[in-house]
Amino acid sequence: MTMPLLPTSRADAVASAKAFLGAQSRVRPLEIAFWLLAFAALFVGRSHHLLLAEITILALFAVSLDLILGYAGIVSLGHAAFFGLGAYAAGILAQSGHGDPLSGLVVAAGVAAVAGFVSSFLVLRGADLTRLMITLGVASLLYEAANKMDWLTGGADGLQGILIGPLLGRFDFDLYGTTAFAYALGVLFVVMLALRVVVHSPFGHALRAIRDNRLRARAVGIPVERRLVAVYTLSAAIAGLAGALSCQTTAFVSLDVLDFHRSAEVLLVLVIGGSGRLYGAIVGAVVFRFAQDVLSAMTPQYWQFWVGLGLVILVLIGRDRLDDLGRAIVARILPARRSPEGTP
Amino acid sequence: MNRRNALARLATVALLGALPVSAFAADTIKIGLILPMTGPSASTGRQVSAAVALYQAMNGKTVAGKTVEVIVKDDTGAADQTKRLAQELVVNDHVAILAGFGLTPLALAAAPIATQAKVPEIVMAAGTAIITEASPFIVRTSFTLPQVTVPAAEFTAKSGAKKVVTLVTDYAPGIDAEKAFKEKFTAEGGTVAAELRVPLKNPDFAPFLQRVADEKPDAVFVFVPSGFGGLFVKQFVERGLDKSGIKLIATGDVLDDDLIDQMGDVVLGVTSTHHYSAAHPSPENKAFVAAFEKANGGQRPNFMAVGGFDGMALIYAALKKTNGDTDGVKLVDAMKGMAWTSPRGPISIDPETRDIVQNVYVRTVEKVDGHLYNVEKSAFEAVKDPVKAAKAKK
Repeated sequence: MTMPLLPTSRADAVASAKAFLGAQSRVRPLEIAFWLLAFAALFVGRSHHLLLAEITILALFAVSLDLILGYAGIVSLGHAAFFGLGAYAAGILAQSGHGDPLSGLVVAAGVAAVAGFVSSFLVLRGADLTRLMITLGVASLLYEAANKMDWLTGGADGLQGILIGPLLGRFDFDLYGTTAFAYALGVLFVVMLALRVVVHSPFGHALRAIRDNRLRARAVGIPVERRLVAVYTLSAAIAGLAGALSCQTTAFVSLDVLDFHRSAEVLLVLVIGGSGRLYGAIVGAVVFRFAQDVLSAMTPQYWQFWVGLGLVILVLIGRDRLDDLGRAIVARILPARRSPEGTP
Repeated sequence: MNRRNALARLATVALLGALPVSAFAADTIKIGLILPMTGPSASTGRQVSAAVALYQAMNGKTVAGKTVEVIVKDDTGAADQTKRLAQELVVNDHVAILAGFGLTPLALAAAPIATQAKVPEIVMAAGTAIITEASPFIVRTSFTLPQVTVPAAEFTAKSGAKKVVTLVTDYAPGIDAEKAFKEKFTAEGGTVAAELRVPLKNPDFAPFLQRVADEKPDAVFVFVPSGFGGLFVKQFVERGLDKSGIKLIATGDVLDDDLIDQMGDVVLGVTSTHHYSAAHPSPENKAFVAAFEKANGGQRPNFMAVGGFDGMALIYAALKKTNGDTDGVKLVDAMKGMAWTSPRGPISIDPETRDIVQNVYVRTVEKVDGHLYNVEKSAFEAVKDPVKAAKAKK
C-alpha cells in the first residue's frame, strides 16, 4: 500500500512502518461525524429512541463477535451464551436488590469474561468445524441449564421482578427509551474507543497474523494460544455488556437471550456489515434492525422473506463490489483525500 | 474508520429521521396486536391475527362511533422485542389497547408498560396462571393450563382410575400441568405412580412410554405442546398401549384442532379436556368456524383463534360500555364481570382476577363427515383458574 517497498536503512524502515501503522489508527473525520450524529440523535427523533437503543445493543453484541471472527478468525455459532450470561447476571443482581445499572454492567461483564476464559480452552481445540459445534454446544448447555434452574432464572417464564435503579442515581429509564439509548450509546462509545486501541496495538496485529496464517504466526514467535484466550475472554466480556444492557433497558430476561436465533442473528449482522472492521458490525446492526422494523411493519408475516432476499442479493453482488461503489462515492465527495483501505 | 461505512450510516440515519410520525386522530381507536408471526410460535400468531381480522370483518370496524384500527407487530417470540414494540405502540402510535401475546414471558415482559401507561393488556394466547397478577391492566381471554388440567384430574378420578402416570413436556407449562393434575388427583383419592418429563426439543417418547407400560397404571395423563401431539399418540398406539387397558387422557393442546385432521385415525377415541373444540355444537361456533375456514383457505380455527376472537369481542363490548372512552382504568373496569356467549360457549371475565371463567369440556376424538374432531361429551361449568382460586381461599 503506502509503505515503500525498499527502505534504505533500518531507521527508515522503522519510521515508515510507524507511519503506515499510524495512518491506520488515525481518527478519521467520518468517524467523528458518525459519533456526533449518533449523539445528536439523542436530542431529536424521540419516537425512535427505543429502536435506536436496541440497535445500539445489537451493534455492541456484533462488535464483540467481530473481535473474534473478524480479527482472530474464530467462527462461533454460540455467542449468545455470553450475551445471555451477561443478561442473567445483571437481571439476577437487580432482582436481589442491587439495581444500580453501572455496577450491574461491571458484574455482568465479569461473569461473561470468566465463562469466556474457561470455554476459550475448548475453542482452541480443533478447526473451524469443531469450533462451530463447540460454541453451539456451550450455548445449548447454558440454555438448558437456565431452563432447568428455574429457582434462579425463572425458567421458561422469564426472570420476574427486576427493578433497575436510575442511571448514575439521577436518570430514570423512561417510556420513550431516551435514557436507555443514551446509556447504550455511551457504553458502545467507550467500548469502541477501547477497541480502537486494542486492534491497532501489537496485540491486534498479532491476532490478524493468527487469523491469516496460524502456522506462520507461531513461527514468527506469536504465542497463538495465549492471544486467542485473551481475545476470546475480551469478546465474551463485551457480549456480556451487551446482554446486561439489554436486560437493564428492558427490565426483563427470558430464555430467548440464550437461544440459537440470537447467535445466528448476530452472525447475520456481521454478514451484512462486513467483518474485521469494527464499524461494519455497527452498520450491519443498523441496516438489519432498521430493515426488520420497516419490513415487519409492512408485512408482519413475511418480512423474513424480504430480509432473506436482500441477503441473497448482497451475496450475489459481493461485498467487494459494494465496497468499490462506496469508495467511488467517497472519492467523488472528497476527491482530495484518499484513505488507506483495510482496517478502520 | 472506513468512509464507505460511515456513508452507509449517514444514509440510514437520514432515513430514520424521515420516517413519518403517525398522526393521532381522535375518532380512531388503535389496538396494538403483538404476536409471534415468525419463528417457532408462528402458528399461534397466525391463528390469533386471522381471528382478530375475522372479528372485524364480521362485526365492522366501528364501535361507539369510532373506527377501530388494529396494528399488527411481529415480536418473533423474543421478550425484549415484545417489550420494545409495546413501548413504541404506546408512545408513538398512541394505542388505546395492547393485545396478543403468544407466550408467557412475552405477556410478562409487556406488563410493566401496561401498568405504567395505564393501557389495558388483553392476553389472547399465553396460558400460565401467574400472568394476570403481573399488572392490574391485564385481562385474559385465552385460558390457564391448570384450568383445563384440574377437570382432567377430576374426570380421571370419576372414571374409576386409581393409579395414574403423568407425562408432560419439561418446561414451565408442562410442570404447571403436572402439579395441578397431581394435586387434584391425589385429593380425589388416587395415586400418581410416576411423573415423567420429556425434553422440549426433539422429543422421543419411546423410553417414556416404556416406563408407562412398566408401571401398568389405569390411566396416563399427557400434556405436550400442540405440535407434538400427533407424534405422541402415534408412538402410544405403535407400542400397543392403547390395547393394554391404559386409558389415555390429555389436555386439548395434544389434539389441537389446527392439526388433528392430519394426525390420522390413531387418535380416534382419545379423551381430552379443553375449553374449545371446533366441533362445539352452537350456532355461534358454526358461524365462526365456517367464516374462519372461508377466510383462511380451509384452515380450521383452534383454541388460539378463539382466544383472539373473544379478545376482540371483549374490546368491542368494553368500548361500547364506555361509549368510546379509551381511558385505561375505565376500560378495564368495563371488562370486569363482562359475560357473553363465545364460539366456545358461555364465558365471563372474573371481576376479581380479570381472568377468564369458562366451561371446560371432556371430549373424545370422533369422525364427523370424514374429518377428525374433538366431540364434546360433558362439561365442567364456569371453571375459574384453580391456582388463583386456591390463593383467594387462603
